[in-house]
Amino acid sequence: MNLTAVLTLLDQAEQDLATGFRTAAEGHAEEPDIHDICHNLAAQCEGRRVALAPLRERYGSTDTGGAADRLGTRVLSEARPGPLGLLRDLQDLYVQAAFAELTWDLLQQAGAALHDRDMLAVSQRCAREASIQQGWLRTRSKQAAPQTLVLAR
Amino acid sequence: MVDRIADIWGTRTPHAKGTRWPVRVDTALAEGVSEGDVEKWVQSACTLCSNGCGCDIAVADGRMVGVRGRAVDTVNHGRLGPKGLFGSWQGMGRRRQNRGDRLTRPLIREGGTLVETDWGTAMTRIVDRSRTLLEERGPLSHGFYTSGQLFLEEYYTLAVIGKAGIGTPHMDGNTRLCTATSAAAMKESFGSDGQPGSYEDIDWCEAMFLWGHNMAETQTVLWMRVLDRLHGPDRPALVCVDPRRTAVAREADVHLALRNGTNQALVNGILREIVHRGWVDEDYVAAHTCGLEDLVATVEPWTPERTAEVCDVPADDVRRAAEIFGTSDRVLSTVLEGFYQSHQATAAACGVNNLHLLRGMIGKPGGGILQMNGQPTAQNTRECGADGDMPAFRNWDNPRHIAELARLWDVDPLKIPSWSPPTHAMQIFRYAEQGSIGLLWISATNPAVSMPDSGRIRRILASDELFVVVQDLYENETTEFADVVLPAAGWGEKQGTFTNVNRTVHLSEKAVDPPGEARSDLDIFLDYARRMDFRDRSGRPLPPWSTPEEAFDAWRDCTRGRLCDYTGLSYDQLRGGSGVPWPCNDEAPDGTVRLYSDGVFPTASEAAETYGHDLLTGAAVSAADYAALAPDGRALLKGADYVPSPEEPDDEYPLRYTTGRTVYQFHTRTRTGRAPQLQAAAPTMWIELAAEDAHSLGVSEGDRVRVVSRRGHIVAAARIAGGRPGVVFAPFHYGARGPDADQPPSSDEPTAANELTRTQWDPVSKQPLFKFAAVRVERLGSGDGPAPAPTTTASAPVDPAAVPPTRGRGGVVVREDIAPVEPPKAASEELS
Repeated sequence: MNLTAVLTLLDQAEQDLATGFRTAAEGHAEEPDIHDICHNLAAQCEGRRVALAPLRERYGSTDTGGAADRLGTRVLSEARPGPLGLLRDLQDLYVQAAFAELTWDLLQQAGAALHDRDMLAVSQRCAREASIQQGWLRTRSKQAAPQTLVLAR
Repeated sequence: MVDRIADIWGTRTPHAKGTRWPVRVDTALAEGVSEGDVEKWVQSACTLCSNGCGCDIAVADGRMVGVRGRAVDTVNHGRLGPKGLFGSWQGMGRRRQNRGDRLTRPLIREGGTLVETDWGTAMTRIVDRSRTLLEERGPLSHGFYTSGQLFLEEYYTLAVIGKAGIGTPHMDGNTRLCTATSAAAMKESFGSDGQPGSYEDIDWCEAMFLWGHNMAETQTVLWMRVLDRLHGPDRPALVCVDPRRTAVAREADVHLALRNGTNQALVNGILREIVHRGWVDEDYVAAHTCGLEDLVATVEPWTPERTAEVCDVPADDVRRAAEIFGTSDRVLSTVLEGFYQSHQATAAACGVNNLHLLRGMIGKPGGGILQMNGQPTAQNTRECGADGDMPAFRNWDNPRHIAELARLWDVDPLKIPSWSPPTHAMQIFRYAEQGSIGLLWISATNPAVSMPDSGRIRRILASDELFVVVQDLYENETTEFADVVLPAAGWGEKQGTFTNVNRTVHLSEKAVDPPGEARSDLDIFLDYARRMDFRDRSGRPLPPWSTPEEAFDAWRDCTRGRLCDYTGLSYDQLRGGSGVPWPCNDEAPDGTVRLYSDGVFPTASEAAETYGHDLLTGAAVSAADYAALAPDGRALLKGADYVPSPEEPDDEYPLRYTTGRTVYQFHTRTRTGRAPQLQAAAPTMWIELAAEDAHSLGVSEGDRVRVVSRRGHIVAAARIAGGRPGVVFAPFHYGARGPDADQPPSSDEPTAANELTRTQWDPVSKQPLFKFAAVRVERLGSGDGPAPAPTTTASAPVDPAAVPPTRGRGGVVVREDIAPVEPPKAASEELS
């Protein structure tokens, strides 16, 4: 079942996203809202990994060595400096959060197909949470964009 | 003669539920001035808190010599509080002294120092810099930081200049510090800013909840109204949520003295009880709200026990408070800074809205919500768009709303900055810090003292790259950093209107001439606009008006058909009688006492002021997602889980720090500090410790202590008071400069409360959060007597014998006339 590979992938994606949020939090600590909210969002990612753990236990989590293993997103391990750096970091996080959100959405479908109510409930909640994270990244990027793109030096 | 310093709330006039609050006319006159000496009484309303008490200014020899409450006014029924009685008119004084005198001529910076100049030179300097920046870097180089103290006409003028003349999204008011959460919570729950309730609800209620609201000190006249019910024949139950032992707490049936920073846990706990014990008004919720299922799931983990553990209050008190809320027929809530400036501010304020919605307790006599304001004209800053909002509660994210404004102002819609969320105050200062804002125009506010982490704010203002314009009554900590200082006329020296917490609009007339060359803020803004030659698409000057009344009439047009409809109001209508609550239009020619009596809310996509946000993160809801939600007139039940604050106490900083007001001072004491009676009652900085903490630190009353946070430290005398253990309180009024020349110079040690506060803000309302930070306290040595804190308030000493009681002093004679006339009747009010 390819599901096991996707579960592993999702765990990795959430871990990377959490790392990315922490990187942004500390790298842009001069922006107090970024610092506080990104730490909260990182904690949410860790919470989703905890929610994922029983599913990984139930369905196994061995790597297949196949195409599913190659996580296409990049972990944000070092923050870029300055206003444009912030905007670029938020963009990167957005891509990662989108990957997580979509994968949780796919798990919902798998849960339905498997008649696994736990998987359905967990993936529904987590997809929504990841979607709000995306929403925040979009909101904050749009807030920063005009000043950054037009004026920031 | 009464001593209204010692007796803050004056003589009681108790009355029964559903009857009109008796009149008591409070008058203050300078010693030696009799009523016969008063040449004229000039109509106004008080601007020393957000209550908006109608008053008349006494004038003799071209000077303000006293003040009297207006018996006909539905807000105060003749009463005034100590700040109004002593501070309103004396605070505008212009007696010569070494420093702290009124600004009478413009100042410009020459070779590093501020020197007097004429208006032409000062304005030319501003306009030159403004033009250069606009040409070289565009409108986003300009920021405006205004106040909650100006008049409606001035805010609207500033909004049009900023949004249509320049086209900058960088406009905000210090209302961001005091009422942004109030507005945000109403937008999230009801679709729009706009106060649901009315002060008349106090006359009707059977239970009152004061959420983080020390009303006894912050809105003394409103508290008189509450006291007259509490001392009347059918006393309403009172629940107080506040870590300090305030005068409100002392009157309360239930005092939830929670850990500061845990409001959201408490609100969730009470919501859960309402749900579990069957107190939800199912019919109302089904017909008039959406989001119940999610809210119930969010609050489900918050059992009374878990709530009690997080908040550190007894579980039975949580149950008891919920029972009062769930079983009383008419429940009134008021909410203020204990929620607005604390962790999860908007979420917790929405939680109060949720409680009322679950019980269908909104828009009915005695059953309502007052999301309070901190400042007298804050409502206008918000309505008029002098802060981040669009005028008349329009949605920046709704192109049709922007098109309406463009038509109204006759400008290109693209000129109006609606391409991103409006910039909040903290972000404006951040852009200034980064150098992308090159001109910052500050009017009627003192950010060098009032903003969090004030050391950082001073560094930003001091930057050579930033051109700072400050427009104020007096020199203050902020004018020290200005490139140009403009002397402004203030209360009683200019004409205009303003709107209080319960939407009541008052006209404030000009009583005396401003000192020297000082000008009204309206005239200053218009002078700038003319010199900049802002024009609309037809080539007419923008804004086209030149007097306050013309500005008011233009504002009426802007509000037509909106929730805050002013079309039925005029200067003439506001003269002579009571203030009038909006909406006031053809359908409601006498105004409207309370909103949402029909359970229909402005949440339809076309009407809403916002599409809303996630309360935990502030993520914006898109127009499409909002349309899919289809609230269509139903209120939104929005919840959020509790999360611990980002700075919880630890071994190094084991105590919880919070800041606030004392009854005798307002803000940074610009006016109250110049009233000798108020200044003597609360002259200098103190630090309030709980008795248990003082004991373990070895601190006695009056000892000098240092309070240290990760940002800095302050030094002051300690008051041992009756607050909850683990909490340190500091009043925020005391900056580096004293407004009173009598005052001994403060020591070299910093005293301002905001030296310690963390730069942080609520994710939705963007309100800075002053009500939680981790600190430690160190004893430095003994002081010279008790701390200079009042004994009549929340700062009362635990040992009354240790401190002489706070008393008034001469100079002003105050009189109370009980029930000289029948009480006024509010518009569309059914009180007997």
